[in-house]
Amino acid sequence: MTSTTFRRSAWSLLLTSAAAVGLSLSAANAAEPIKIGVIAEAQAIAGASIPQAAQMAAEEINAKGGVDGRQIQIVAYDNHSSSADSVRAFQRAVNEDKVNAVITSYISEVVLALEPWASRLKTPMITPGAASNEITRAIHDNYEKNKYTFHGYLTSAALAQSVCDAAKDLLVDGKKMKSAVIMSEDAAWTKPLDIGYEECLPKIGLKVLDHIRFSPDTTDFTPIFNKIESSKPDVIITGISHVGVQPTVQWKNQQVPIPMFGISSQATNSTFGKDTNNAADGVLYQGVSGPGVAVTPKSVPFAENFKKKFGNYPSYAGYTSYDEVYMIADAIKRAGSTDADKMVAALEKTDWEGTIGRVQFYGKEDKFTHGLKYGKGLITGLILQWQNGQQVAVWPKEVAKSELKFPSFIKFSSAN
Amino acid sequence: MLGLQILIDGFAISALYALGATGFTLIFGVSGVLNLSHGAIMVAAAVAAWAAASVFQLGSYSGALVGVAVAALLSLATYFIVVQPIQRSNKIPNEEKEIFVLTATLLWGIMIQEAIAYFFTNNAKTVLPIIEGVVNIVGVRTPANELFTAAVCCLVIALLWVLVNRTRTGKVVLAASMNPRGVTILGFELTNVYIVVWIIYGILAGIAGVLLGMFLGVSSYSVGPLTASAFSIVVLGGLGSVSGSLIAAFVVGYLETFTAYMISPAYRTIPALLLLVIVMYIRPQGLLGRR
Repeated sequence: MTSTTFRRSAWSLLLTSAAAVGLSLSAANAAEPIKIGVIAEAQAIAGASIPQAAQMAAEEINAKGGVDGRQIQIVAYDNHSSSADSVRAFQRAVNEDKVNAVITSYISEVVLALEPWASRLKTPMITPGAASNEITRAIHDNYEKNKYTFHGYLTSAALAQSVCDAAKDLLVDGKKMKSAVIMSEDAAWTKPLDIGYEECLPKIGLKVLDHIRFSPDTTDFTPIFNKIESSKPDVIITGISHVGVQPTVQWKNQQVPIPMFGISSQATNSTFGKDTNNAADGVLYQGVSGPGVAVTPKSVPFAENFKKKFGNYPSYAGYTSYDEVYMIADAIKRAGSTDADKMVAALEKTDWEGTIGRVQFYGKEDKFTHGLKYGKGLITGLILQWQNGQQVAVWPKEVAKSELKFPSFIKFSSAN
Repeated sequence: MLGLQILIDGFAISALYALGATGFTLIFGVSGVLNLSHGAIMVAAAVAAWAAASVFQLGSYSGALVGVAVAALLSLATYFIVVQPIQRSNKIPNEEKEIFVLTATLLWGIMIQEAIAYFFTNNAKTVLPIIEGVVNIVGVRTPANELFTAAVCCLVIALLWVLVNRTRTGKVVLAASMNPRGVTILGFELTNVYIVVWIIYGILAGIAGVLLGMFLGVSSYSVGPLTASAFSIVVLGGLGSVSGSLIAAFVVGYLETFTAYMISPAYRTIPALLLLVIVMYIRPQGLLGRR
């Protein structure tokens, strides 16, 4: 930058800030925007939808006049999937950009790093995609301190339950399966997930033959599939998020004859088919939403409008992020204020029909304080399957669009 | 059965490592450059091949060609934009140029990595395999593409050997690695020799990247580990020694595969790194190193 342009931009900066000060003084409190900070992983498919969906919700609310005349303004920060960057972004968001609430991340490690900061800086924070039980446990164990954090996505325990509920219907009753191997990546969110799996799989009639945890930077899955195959399970129950494309492609290339079923976050992305050259066909994954699945009347219009605007369907965290902006707006309206404690109290009373179901939070005395309530009539999750390059709902019955379909290399040992 | 499985998988991985490391060591042998943007160039090749084949629907062969071409172009760009200006600079003392090149190529690699993450996200991509299906080798179900990968690697390395030892261009390159001043006295423009070497390097890295993309898949996160693995193989084999790198690639490839099968996939890379440390203690010049 040359010195003249620098001087010019310095002047214009000074002028605009002077104008801004003048504006905010003259308009006073009434029209001051409600600021929501969005800290997410702009380079990851799951994370990229978070700020986009939040922006969409804000624009819709603003078009209808905002919240009591106040506009909602989204301030987005890219955290490069790093906890350290997220903490800096959070401090900046609260101290300098003066946000009223924060929506952040699909990575449990990031949310766990931010949780104490939400407490220290007394700023309501909600995650659209992280899953670790530790997030809600900290709130339960030290409510007064950690009550500013809300868990806007299913906890790992609920995810495990959702997978088991579906596996009972689809695999045990439907395909007469009897045994499983758990395959999960080593990360904060899978520890409680695996405990949940170990507990609920035997209960529904799937014997757990082996349990393989692997490093999230694994690239060659041949030895893992080899080991799984040697114990001859009927199904592989997955817990993967940081990896997804690579194990799926290698599963197909090596023609591993066992279906995969469970949590596979990358499979929820609409680009997963293309990223894997359709090796994904046959993969079964748990989701809270999916293209064309009318979980609530809001689900399909949101997904379609999102696609129109951004060119692709939202990731799972896009749905929740969209709902969360509405929930924050709703809480501020009910609280009549952006005071942090009043917002927390209002958020706790949330009863919002969003795109993934009916959202309510567990209370102070519940085990998963500020976690999403799981169950019929609230949120139960779905099972979708990749079929011919499309994501198709197969469970529960009310929204199922197709039977299970597997590629020809899948063999059912004890089936039928 | 498990033994045969390790033999087959280890061979494919080792051949791929060998191909990746050969170009890396060639550049060092001839021009003294340790190119730390190596992993980024491999990933760029794989992502370009993926984009051409899966997004622009060009088919797997054209996709692979696009990937290799992108790597060759990036390799030339690395030489002209990053390496040559430093080598020619009067402001950098000669004895510091190596460290400048090291830092500059590292930064260049990070720039390429961030660009890939920005335009194609950091999710893993897999290149459309050229051959589909599996082959049953005495009870071991092996993807046909894995055998194809190993075959291509061996073929390319053989071609490189012929190029270096049996052609005029190759002999000049070899001479430049031994005595650059002698080559200039004989009337060869050293810059032209370097350009040839960088193109050869780009093609090798490109083929290795595309094959890796087919075999295992890559993402922008793979950049660091790929550079590190090429670096440790080359150091283990002896800096600048192509045959040393080949041997080291197979040692590392088999050691990793053996660990993954017999101990745990989680500890895959550890024994190879320990071996590297031990070799550094006992024989700092590497297995077949000259200096």
